[in-house]
Parts: sequence; C-alpha cells; structure tokens
Amino acid sequence: MLRYDSSGKPFIIIRDQDQKERLTGSEARKANILAAMTVANLMKTSIGPLGMDKILVDQDGEVTATNDGATILKNMQVENPIAKLLVELSQGQDDEIGDGTTSVVVLAGALLEESLSLLEKGIHPSKISEGYEKACDIAVKHLLKICDKIEFDKENYGSLVKAAKTSLGSKIVNQYTEKIAKISVEAVLAVADLERKDVRFDLIKLEGKTGGTLGDTELIDGIIIPKNFSHPQMPKQIKNAKIAILTCPFEPPKPKTGHKLDIDSVKKYKELLEIEQNYFKEMTDLVKKSGATLVLCQWGFDDEANHLLLQKKLPAVRWVSGTDIELIAIATGARIVPRFSELTEKKLGKAGMVTEKSLGTTDENMIVIEKCSNTKTVTILVKGGNKMVVEEGKRSIHDALCVTRNLIKDNRIVYGGGAAEISCSVAVNKASKEITGIEQYSIRAFSQALLSVPIALASNSGLNSLEAVSEIQLKQIEKESPFLGIDCISMGTNNMKEQYVFDTLRGKIQEFLLATQMAKMILKIDDIIRPTGQY
Amino acid sequence: MSEAYQPARILNQGSTQEKAEGARLSNFVGAIALSDLISTTLGPKGMDKILQSPSNLLDSTITNDGATILSSIQISNPAAKILIEISKVQDDEIGDGTTSVVVLAGELLKESEKLIHKRIHPQTIIKGFRLAKDIALKKLKEIAQDHSENEEDLKKYLKKIAMTIFSTKILTPYKSIFADLAVDSILRLKGSTNLESIQILKKTGGLLKESYIEEGFVLDKKLGVGQPKRIENAKILVANTSMDYDKIKIFGSRVVVNSSSKLAEIEEEEKKKMIRKCQKIVDHGINVFINRQLIYNLPEQFFTDHGVVSIEHADFAGIERLSLVTGGEIVSTFDHPELVTLGTAKLIEEIMIGEDKLIRFSGCKEPSACTIILRGSSKQILDEAERSLHDGLAVLSQMVKNPKTVLGAGCTEIIMAQAIEEAAKETSGKIQIAMEAFARALTRIPTIIANNAGYDAEQLVSELKTSHYKGNNTFGLDVTNGKVCDVQELGIIESFLVKKGMLLKASEATEMILRVDHIMYSAPRQRGMN
Repeated sequence: MLRYDSSGKPFIIIRDQDQKERLTGSEARKANILAAMTVANLMKTSIGPLGMDKILVDQDGEVTATNDGATILKNMQVENPIAKLLVELSQGQDDEIGDGTTSVVVLAGALLEESLSLLEKGIHPSKISEGYEKACDIAVKHLLKICDKIEFDKENYGSLVKAAKTSLGSKIVNQYTEKIAKISVEAVLAVADLERKDVRFDLIKLEGKTGGTLGDTELIDGIIIPKNFSHPQMPKQIKNAKIAILTCPFEPPKPKTGHKLDIDSVKKYKELLEIEQNYFKEMTDLVKKSGATLVLCQWGFDDEANHLLLQKKLPAVRWVSGTDIELIAIATGARIVPRFSELTEKKLGKAGMVTEKSLGTTDENMIVIEKCSNTKTVTILVKGGNKMVVEEGKRSIHDALCVTRNLIKDNRIVYGGGAAEISCSVAVNKASKEITGIEQYSIRAFSQALLSVPIALASNSGLNSLEAVSEIQLKQIEKESPFLGIDCISMGTNNMKEQYVFDTLRGKIQEFLLATQMAKMILKIDDIIRPTGQY
Repeated sequence: MSEAYQPARILNQGSTQEKAEGARLSNFVGAIALSDLISTTLGPKGMDKILQSPSNLLDSTITNDGATILSSIQISNPAAKILIEISKVQDDEIGDGTTSVVVLAGELLKESEKLIHKRIHPQTIIKGFRLAKDIALKKLKEIAQDHSENEEDLKKYLKKIAMTIFSTKILTPYKSIFADLAVDSILRLKGSTNLESIQILKKTGGLLKESYIEEGFVLDKKLGVGQPKRIENAKILVANTSMDYDKIKIFGSRVVVNSSSKLAEIEEEEKKKMIRKCQKIVDHGINVFINRQLIYNLPEQFFTDHGVVSIEHADFAGIERLSLVTGGEIVSTFDHPELVTLGTAKLIEEIMIGEDKLIRFSGCKEPSACTIILRGSSKQILDEAERSLHDGLAVLSQMVKNPKTVLGAGCTEIIMAQAIEEAAKETSGKIQIAMEAFARALTRIPTIIANNAGYDAEQLVSELKTSHYKGNNTFGLDVTNGKVCDVQELGIIESFLVKKGMLLKASEATEMILRVDHIMYSAPRQRGMN
C-alpha cells in the first residue's frame, strides 16, 4: 500500500510494511468468516445427547477429555485472531450462563456462513449487520412469547431436576443423570435464597476424588478439605467443635522487614532463649484461652508448637488453602484471625461434627466439617474411575448447577431439542416477508442460520438431518406448537414437553444476542494486518 | 486473492489435530497396543517384564504387577494414558486387578473397533456396553458370597483370596506361607485400611520362604554407642525434636562475636541449653528415647550416663508406627512430663537378620502395627515380592470391610458373559450386537489366561462355556493341569471388589475413549527458554 506525495516520493504508512501481510475488503472478510466457520464446524459434533467428546493434549502431555464447549476452546491454543474472538464468545456465555457454550459458537459460525452468500450477492456488510440485528430482536421477542414457566419450591423440585438433566444429557455423566441432576439441584437449593432469588455459588464446593465410578458421586452437607490433622495422635473426630481460623503460622517469628539480630554475649543468648521458650507457649495459651477446640491454620506448624497443641488437646490442621479457609469461615461463622493476640471467643466458628476419613488403600485422608452453624454449605464429592472422568464430571456438574441457578433466578424456560430454534426460525422467516428492502435477505439468512443447531443435533443423533428438521418445521407450523423438537434419543415423540427437555429462557436469549453481536463484529472487519512468517 | 479460500489455520504453530476416523484410529491403536503389551502378564502363568530406568541403565525392575509396569512406561498416546490412569486408580483403591482392568478395556475397544467397521455409531455401542455392564454387575452381585457373619469362615476365605492373588506372582511356590503372613498382619489392623502400619522390611540373603512376620515391631536402626543391647520393661519416649544443635530460631538471630573467648562462652551456654533439654527428657522417667531427628554425641553421652537408651534418626513413618505400637505420643516439648503419655514395651533388644543389626520391640501395648521380614536372594526378587505382598495386603484390607467373594479362574467372567448374552437375545436393534461384543470381551479374559499358560485356549474356553451352559456354574480353568474343573474345589477365590472395580473402571474408560471424535495436541512446551 503506497501513497505518493506531490513530488512522487512514497510515504510509508505502516511501519516495516514489507514484512507485513495484508488482506483487505472482501478478501479479509472471507478469510475471517472461514476461520470462524472452521471453529464452529469443529464444535458441531459435540452438540446434543449423542454428541461426541474431544481429547485435548496440553503442552505437557496431560490429557483432558471433554464435551464442554468452553473448555475445548479454552484449551485449544488458538492463534487466529478471529478464532480467538470465538473463544472469548464461548467464555462469555460460560461466565454469564454456564451452559450453551457450544451452541453459541455454532450459531455464530452459521450466521457468518449465511452472510458469505449475501456478501457475494453484493450486499454491504453493514446492511447485513442491520438485518441480523432486527432478526435477532424478532427472535428474542418470539422467545418471550413461547416461553413457559416451571413451578417448584424447596420440597417439590422435580422440574428443576429435569432441567438439570437436559444439561447433563450431553456429557459423559449421562449414565447417571438422574442421580447427578438430583445432587446438583439439591446442592443449589441448599444454598439458595428463594425469596431473593439468589444463589451463592461460593457456598457449593466441588471436590474430585478418583476411585469408584461417577455413580458414587455424593452430596455432603458440609465442607471437605483434603488434609490430615497435624499430629497423628490427635482425635479423629470432634463433636461440637469451636473452630479458630488462623492465618498466622505456628512458627518462630520472622519480621518481614530486613533485619539482623546479633547475639554477641551470653546474656543476650539467655534473654533470647527465654523469649523463644515462652513464644510457643503464649501462642497456644492464647488459642486455648479463647475456648477453641479445633484450629485451622493457613500456614505450617513448628514441631514444638505442634506438640504443644497436642498436649493442650487442641486438634489442628495446617496448610489449609485460602479458599477453603474463607468457605469454612462463612459456613461456621468464624472470623479469620491474622494474629494470635486478636483471637477471642466471639471470633470462633461452630460446627456440629468434624471427622477425618480415610479413603482407599493409600494414605490419603480428608477432613469433613459437618453441621456448620451459620450458613448452609455443601460439597459435592465427585468420584470416577480415572482423573479425566472426574474432571469432566466436575465440569458437567458445574453446568448443571448453573442451569439450576438460572432457573431459580428466572423460572421461564423454552423447550430444547432444537424446538426453540426452529420456532424462532419460522417466526423470523414469517416476519421477513413484511419487511421491504435489502434487509429482507439478511433477516431470512438469520432464520436459516438458526436452524444450524437443530441440524447439528439431528445429524449427531444419526438422523437424516435436513429431512428431520424440515419435518419438524412443517409440524410446528401446522400444529402451531413451539415445543416440537428433534427426538435425539429415540423416545418416540417429538414433543419436548413430554420428554421434559428444556433450556432456560435466559440462556437462550443470551445465546442469540451474543452470537449476533459476534457475527456483526466480525463482519465489520475489512482489513487484517499481520507480520509475515508467523502465520 | 487465493488466500481467502485456503483452509484457515486456527491453531498455534506446532499444534496438531486428528479428526473423526483418524482420531478414533489413533485412540484404538494406542489403547490396544498397551493392553496387548500387558496381557501377557495376566494369570498364574503370566510372564514378567524387565523395566529399565532411562536414567540409570543398571537400575532395572523385574515385575508382573500391572500398575508398576504401566506407570514406568512413557507414553504419549492420550487413550493409552487413560488406560494407565485407570490401572493406577485400581491400584490405589483396591490394590489388585491392575492388569485385568487394562486388558478388559483393551478387549472392549478391540470389539468396538470391529463394530465401528460395521458402521455402528459409537454412541450406540456405548449404549449397548452400558446395558451389558449393568447386567454383568447385577449378576456379579448375585453370585457374590458374603462372609461377614462368621469370623472363622472369613479368615479361611481371606487366606484363599490371598493365595489366589499370590499365585499370579513371584510368590507362587510359597503362596501358603505368604497368605498366612498377609492374613495374620491384616487381622492385626482390626479393620483399619491404613497399610502404613504394616512394615515390610527387605533383607537380602536367605530364601523367600524364610520370610516371616515379627511378633512385635522391628526398627531398622541401631542403638547408641555403649548402651545396653537389651532392655526389659521399657518406658519409651517417642520424640520429634532437634538433638543436634538447637539454635535459637526466633527473629532470624545469628551469633556474631568479636573474640574467641566470647564464642566459647556462648558455646558453653548452648551446651548447657542442650543438657537442660536432655535433663528434662530424662525427667520423664524413661529408659528409652527415640528421636526422629539426629542425636549428636553430647546428648547421646548424657543419655548413656543416665541409663537411657537412645535411638536416633528413625524416619517419619517409623516414628508414627512406633507411636502406634508402643502407645506413646510423639513429643516435641518436654516441660510437662506429667501430661505426656509414654510408650511401653516388655522387651527391646538388638537382633541380627542376615548381617544387619535391627532393634526389636516386643510385648507392646497395641500390637496393631507389625513387621513382615522378607528374605530373598536378590534385590529384584525382594522388590517384586514386596509389590506382590502389598497387592495382597491391599485387597485383604478392603476385604475385611466388605467381605464378599466370587470365584476366580475365569469362572466369574463366563457367568457374567452368559448373563449378558442371555439378555442380548431379548434386546432388539443394534444394541444387541454391542452387548454381544461386551460378552465376547469378557470371555477373552479366561482365553488370555489359558493362552499365557500355553494351552489350546479356544478349546479350553469353549469347553468351559459348555459346562456353564450345562449348569455347572462353579467351573473354571485349572491352568496347572490344563483342563476345566470345579473352581470351588480348587479354592480359587477372588474379592468381589476387585472384579467390580475391573468391570466398572474398564467400561467407564472405554466409554470415555469411544466418545472421542477429535484429538488436539498442543505444541510441546519449549524447553531451555525462559
């Protein structure tokens, strides 16, 4: 790209221009769209209850097997800037909603794919964008029209379990959906404030442990920390524990400021010795005086301090991680105490039962803190035959937890199995006929793109995808029922209401909005500049 | 212009990916190769492997233990890694069956490969496998015998199980001796599964069959110099404290002096400090002092003078075991003798095993910890014997908790396979084919066992199947004589937990591998760069 001044000398506009590659205009757009489509196509096979998983091998050769869109994209190490945007997109959906991370990428990919043919017709990208914007509006309004409400309360949460099951259906845990969905919902309900419609996620802890199968996953009413008591002869069980949470070490003090303390005489030696000998005694006395019966410490213990704790009958746990400390503090109503001198009885937390449990034949123990006094805190202990399964189990349960939380916040749902998408597609298509001008094309393209998710769903389920989707489309128009979808697991009915397959309205709306936004953003780019040789 | 139509590069440089059939192929090949590699070690006549460490060629291990083999081979194939992982988990959880779990998963994958060639979708195979697994598990629970009622009975069965486990290992010739050893030491644990409290001491020299269980506890340490070699009615203080030089730790203090006389004074003071500490220790009214850390000459001499025997540098596990055995607590401060629980032993003496001197504690308060002394002619043999013994102990310790048994020698696998086949007949659709495949994979296990023993495996296994059809549900393979016979009579009994773990873990791993249709490899981390 060269420009010349009046005397014919070239200006250099971009530094080191000869070392950079440049794509402009329609070429740039096409390259971007292709990149986005590649990513979307990659994700397509993971959609639905019969979707497949991906294995990701990281830099150090560690293996992750997963079905979760956000996890796949995050660990894929993409380089292409457009692909990176899609990773962000999936991440955005994950942070906000926690589910539908795959669908959002597939939908964005489809929107861009459709725009390709519009571009070839010579329609200006900004016109396409405008059309998509309008179409998205129509679709979201339609979603609000067709949405349904589910009812539940603390006792009758059957409908929530069903929603969680939809989310778990596509993961490896689907063998035990019933049980795991129930665990997830119970966990959320345990910490949920139904009146304020709020769920504090930090009160649910997910702990993984290899051994057994995914079916052995359990919900524990309390907190688990993977630690031992600091001295082997401390009692393994404490009833009605009063817990002191310390963030100062039971170790000889070392001021952080640079210093030197020199011993140059016997007198000084003796003085220091005395200070030292009293130091640990003071520490333990202070703890004992506060009335604590259990000490949890973020740092380590000196041998002598450890023994003093044993002698004073103060069971203690060392090296408890920061997040665990916070969780325990919330659950037991304890205050985190940074100095021994600040420890008082008021700052102690209370728990009905603390036990150390051993697992399997290895020397691994965990400490279970149950019946905490303050807030309900629960732990989901995920079991599995190998660590990859456990990790995937944790991710899947996290998704199910998110879905349940979303339903508590907003109990409106739309039907899954592609039903909502198909219904929206029909509505958008209908609306396009009332709009004159070029936008009509792009609105119609949007309606086509919406079908991409049901098509992927059907083809992953081994159906003749286009035929199946068009059949549902027809049925929906005939019967005017927005809950007909793809029968993925051969239940014999297309009625998603009967199959109890549903997604949250919030998630679906978010999915449409994010995908549209992303497509618009990518369409707007008309220039790619990058250094050569690196690409 | 053309660039826009080229396939877009998405991944980082150096990253690779495998898609659909390619990914599946790479998974199958990796997993099956691994299971083939290990399948020759299966069964009583299975072979061993030599593992050479990459760093030190002289350091080699000879073993038959699946988990040990798999954890030492270096593998980059992700599916093979999953199999290695399940073997490790089986080892941690139950202790034995580490080979069978991988072999079963491998066979399941082999069968699925055939099915995929028949154009059956992986998800359909998974469905069939799940159904088959549930049926097999149900059958397994049905045929499992519970021995929790009768304690005498339990002991008998424990021994049989131990013998079955040891019969596939190096301990075969002396399996009865070792089974007794293992059962005896497990029963001492009284239901605890913490195998740490069973110490296995390996001493080269002698024969494997000369191994024995030591009544009491043996510590592989020496008594202090000039101290009595035999102490009766010992009162023991188990400690974890520094007895070398006990410097002042607070405020990061250090000694800085400007003359040697001052240094001498401080040194004198330090000595006094140590002596005071020793005096406090002696004031506990003890005659044996055992420390985890070093004991320097000065305190050692002090102890000798005061008639206290000192043992230094007992490692951490040793200390914990000692405190278990003698009932004393591990002490680090010595200001309150009245609060400290001392350990006791009727007799402590120095004994010789082979050429080494060891310390034996007998007549202890709490005999829950014990020591098994292994003898053998070489380090490799001893290592392998220890691994085998550990497998046995692990299974037995779980057995005490859940005393259910099933028949071994391929009998259980055939029963499960036939239950699946029976159910498959009533299932229509492609799932049926997958279920049959699962049954075939299960039958492969006795086939491999027979194969490894050098018999006509197909012939034997088909005979075995027929006898099961005829209703002889306790029949299995007798690999010593190469025929089909009643396993109950042979007394080959296995733990229900091992079989259950094998079934569940293998099918879970298979499912996981089958579900994959895409593998992405990140570029290996660059080494040598910041």
